[in-house]
Amino acid sequence: MNWHRFASPSNFKRLSARIFPWAAGGAALCLGYGLYQALFVSPPDYQQGQSVRIMYIHVPAAWMAMFVYANLAFAGAATLVWRHPLAEVAGRAIAPVGAAFTFLCLATGSLWGKPMWGTWWEWDARLTSVLILFFVYLAYMALNNAFDDATRGARASAVLALVGAVNLPIIKFSVDWWNTLHQPASVMRLDGPAIHPSMLWPLLAMAVGYTLLFVVLALVRIQAELIERRLGALVQARLSAGHAQ
Amino acid sequence: MSEFFAMGGYAVYVWTSYALTAVVLIGLGVSSWRRLRGLEADLAAFEREDAP
Repeated sequence: MNWHRFASPSNFKRLSARIFPWAAGGAALCLGYGLYQALFVSPPDYQQGQSVRIMYIHVPAAWMAMFVYANLAFAGAATLVWRHPLAEVAGRAIAPVGAAFTFLCLATGSLWGKPMWGTWWEWDARLTSVLILFFVYLAYMALNNAFDDATRGARASAVLALVGAVNLPIIKFSVDWWNTLHQPASVMRLDGPAIHPSMLWPLLAMAVGYTLLFVVLALVRIQAELIERRLGALVQARLSAGHAQ
Repeated sequence: MSEFFAMGGYAVYVWTSYALTAVVLIGLGVSSWRRLRGLEADLAAFEREDAP
């Protein structure tokens, strides 16, 4: 498969038009079903009571914070190794989405921590490493914007994205490597999920819904970046044509 | 129904979490969509001007 084909704006637009309705429809279905299950059907936790309903938006946000970052690092590698123009644009397009999910993970975690742990914040390994992830997203966005030449900004921020990827395993295993206030993994475990199906299915529906929502946002934002680049090139061409006359 | 909204005493935490999530995700979706529409209009206008 020749991925470079999709780098041209018109090809990407066609590909996007084909995926978009399925991703958007799937996201609406999963989130609708997931929210209904999460708020009305799933049982209260035997220890945490109704506050456990925060889990259905906190955990998927945390997974997306890391999943989007993995995509960002992959786009960074494609930018540096293959000089792929679509990868440059993709990184710039998805970074704010990842930052938004990371913010939601931190905020909902804080709102869950207050009633359950008795504190909004604790400098334990899990919380701190996710806060660092949020700052890496912000630094990526700032660095990407710091150059007049878009390609230079993309390459500089791609290096940052790759270096920052060491944080992903640190976040994942922080709850095993250190004594954290945060609980260890209960879904993504080698010996299977340690969570009752009545809570697991709504959680997975929300996770799939969040992932499809990310696809929708990425398609829209990558198209916008491609058009912005094309506009910039057209303005440049017009300016240089004006000088030639 | 009021029992549902009370969330077993955790109403403030649960509903603030859900409201914040809705505001951020819907806001991101709407702003991304509007930016795409605006840029598409700019590009169309530019290409109209360029056409002889």
